[in-house]
Amino acid sequence: MKPAAFPAPALAVAAPHVGGAAGVAHVMTWVMLALAPATLFGFWLYGWPAVHLWWITVLFAATGEGICLRLAGRPALVTLRDGSAVLTGWLLALSLPPWAPWWIGACGGLFATVIAKQVFGGLGQNLFNPAMVARVALLISFPVPMTLWVAPLPLGSAGAPGFVAGLQLTLGALPGALDAVASASVLGHAKTELARGVDLLQAFAVPSAPTFGLDGMRAGSLGESASLLIAGGGLVLLARGIIGWQIPLAMLAGIALPAAALHALDPARHLDAASHLLAGGTMLGAFFIATDYVTSPNTRTGQLLFGAGVGLLTFVIRSWGGYPEGVAFAVLLMNALVPVIDRYLRPRAHGRDRRGRPLDIAQRP
Amino acid sequence: MGVLDRFFGPSWGVHPDDRKRPAADAPLRRLPLPERLYVPLQQHVGGAARPVVLAGQKVLKGQLIAEAQGGISAPVHAPTSGRVLAIGEITAPHPSGLTQAAIILASDGEERWIDAEPPGDPFALPAEEIARLTAAAGVVGLGGATFPAAVKFNLGRRLKVDTLIVNGGECEPYLSADDAVMRHRAAEVVDGLRIVMHAIGARQALVGIEDNKPEALAAMRAAAAPHGDVAIRAVPARYPMGSDKQLIQVLTGREVPADARAAEVGVLVHNVSTCAAVHRALRRGEPLVERIVTLNGGALRAPGNLVAPLGALVADLLACAGMAEPPARLILGGPMMGTPLPHADVPLVKGASGILALTAAEAARPPEGPCIRCGSCTRACPMGLLPLEMAGRIRAGDLAGATGFGLSDCISCGCCAYVCPSGIPLVQYFSHARGELAAAERARLRGDAARRLAEQRRQRLEREAREKAAAAARRKAERDAAKARASAPAEAVSG
Repeated sequence: MKPAAFPAPALAVAAPHVGGAAGVAHVMTWVMLALAPATLFGFWLYGWPAVHLWWITVLFAATGEGICLRLAGRPALVTLRDGSAVLTGWLLALSLPPWAPWWIGACGGLFATVIAKQVFGGLGQNLFNPAMVARVALLISFPVPMTLWVAPLPLGSAGAPGFVAGLQLTLGALPGALDAVASASVLGHAKTELARGVDLLQAFAVPSAPTFGLDGMRAGSLGESASLLIAGGGLVLLARGIIGWQIPLAMLAGIALPAAALHALDPARHLDAASHLLAGGTMLGAFFIATDYVTSPNTRTGQLLFGAGVGLLTFVIRSWGGYPEGVAFAVLLMNALVPVIDRYLRPRAHGRDRRGRPLDIAQRP
Repeated sequence: MGVLDRFFGPSWGVHPDDRKRPAADAPLRRLPLPERLYVPLQQHVGGAARPVVLAGQKVLKGQLIAEAQGGISAPVHAPTSGRVLAIGEITAPHPSGLTQAAIILASDGEERWIDAEPPGDPFALPAEEIARLTAAAGVVGLGGATFPAAVKFNLGRRLKVDTLIVNGGECEPYLSADDAVMRHRAAEVVDGLRIVMHAIGARQALVGIEDNKPEALAAMRAAAAPHGDVAIRAVPARYPMGSDKQLIQVLTGREVPADARAAEVGVLVHNVSTCAAVHRALRRGEPLVERIVTLNGGALRAPGNLVAPLGALVADLLACAGMAEPPARLILGGPMMGTPLPHADVPLVKGASGILALTAAEAARPPEGPCIRCGSCTRACPMGLLPLEMAGRIRAGDLAGATGFGLSDCISCGCCAYVCPSGIPLVQYFSHARGELAAAERARLRGDAARRLAEQRRQRLEREAREKAAAAARRKAERDAAKARASAPAEAVSG
């Protein structure tokens, strides 16, 4: 009997012959889905200028990545489809003042993917979180537009700019409009008042102080106001197994524990733990920024250390540093430590001790 | 996997969709006897067997047709009665498609056995005799390792092993051959494992069976009930639970040191099918000539387990199971560690637990992309290694660096590549690096040997020159002495 002939097998011959992972694009899609509720809330809260800033940032981030891929002779469209450049732009947009001019988003988007990512070699090669590199670069280069927050002006409310007016505002064709609604963020207000010698108990007692409700109706960046929606998205990622609990938990603890301790000691000089957790980029940082696979350690213990470090540094910068907000700086500082953490906090291999020496046979009963 | 398991279960390994059913529940069938069998001489780890039959010779089922050669080897027996057509070549079960030597039998369809007389009560035999009979029956590890079973018996006895671990894990997806052995031949397995205990001097046997095989667990529990020293244990279904080191740790809590063998911590692992083969060899005098093999995969019409003679072609097996569509990939063994076959004209060998005909959808993996350092591989690795770090170094050609990250500890289970969202063929990286290191090691040994030979030659030449010079000096001295003696009397006379 002559057996039936079969087509030659595919060239990839190595086992395993089945896969259990859905691919990078799938991961990125889930992260974007988790970000969507908070983003939509931000759009509603800050109106059309925020929408325009968001798409401009994403567009420039993707364009920068595409140009670099083309220059490097790699397939631009295929690689862009993995969604990582869009996600980088998205995260950056969430960390910007919602009414910032278009060139903030454009410069930031390009900086994030070109300088902070592709120059290092593209996806998986960058040492520092691209969105945070871009945010810090913008903050240092353009401190005024980067610290100009607007009070919430929900879509449809009186005085909220429409689609065209919003676009004009973002493109800088509507001068003077910003002054009308400028406001301070919670952390910014605390820092300024403390610097003026006003203690926090008085600073937040005055009627003009930024309100601080759980509903997110307050000034801040797109991804700051809706802390609870951000945290909810993060929990979705946790439940899906896309991120681990180690980094978020360690980072939140790293902020909350010292904040609670110092607030208990001196409430006039230190914000309470809840404010620290819900204000600024804490939630976005804990669930979406610090958990970036590429720039965080890849062992569980390493992740705990990394998260705690980000949290602690954030608290230190907020409390004693020159900037009101410290998540971006803290993430970048800890990013720099990741190779060291990965080098020293290796898991114990089966049959070996922590130093990599084979176990003794003495454990035989 | 339950939510609790996610937090409190063992942290290594992966949970592939097991796809064992409906094949595992299908009735055990027997492959219709093929007209020709292609019995490879090398179906085991160690030296290839040496043929002891000639072309044209008539053989009976179970007759020795090739004898073991060397300390680690196994004999091969005729899987059916018939005539030796030739001693030729057949495609080896290896992706290269290279051939290997095989004895080609034309079956006469009569299945006439040799006059096998059982050796009597195995428990009355000395342990050495059990090992000898097991070796003579050609029994090798049927879980896939194909290490000659008797060599392990002797090792276990020498190292005074106290516990026999019987591996009924069968953690590879799709496969249910061991499951079928336990369901249908539980008494044989239990008797075989008790014979193995006797052969290695073990006091107890622990049988580890994954909890996704309730029928096998029930059958084995019933069969083992009369024997207090045989414990049947359900272990969590998790790949690679059937890997020796992992199963030993789960069942006994002992961790095999990286540089040691399992026997050195007092345990020896044998597969359930191997135990059943030992039973047949010792109780019935039947050598290993057939096995149960799983035919599974989406490209098959009637997946299930088949009892098939060794040397049957994969094509015969596939024909028996019926092809629904041409398979995108043909695999010998399981989908996690199995060998892709170049075509179906490959013989069934002792270590073949399954033949999988996978459709393109089943064999789909994400397209290969850059590593995003997600760390999935480090969490999946059952050996606690960092596959992404090893792969990164191998990519950069830094094999020493990869070795420093535990390349030699890798068991090639494939968990890392399975979970990789970037579709990186990590196992292929590691196999490549190990091949390179082995080649470098061979080159080093060759270089050392050449240097040693050159040094020996130099020393020999020097020694010869020295001896020649010494001999010349001696002869000169003798001549001088003779001359002196000849002239001395004259001087005395003249003086």
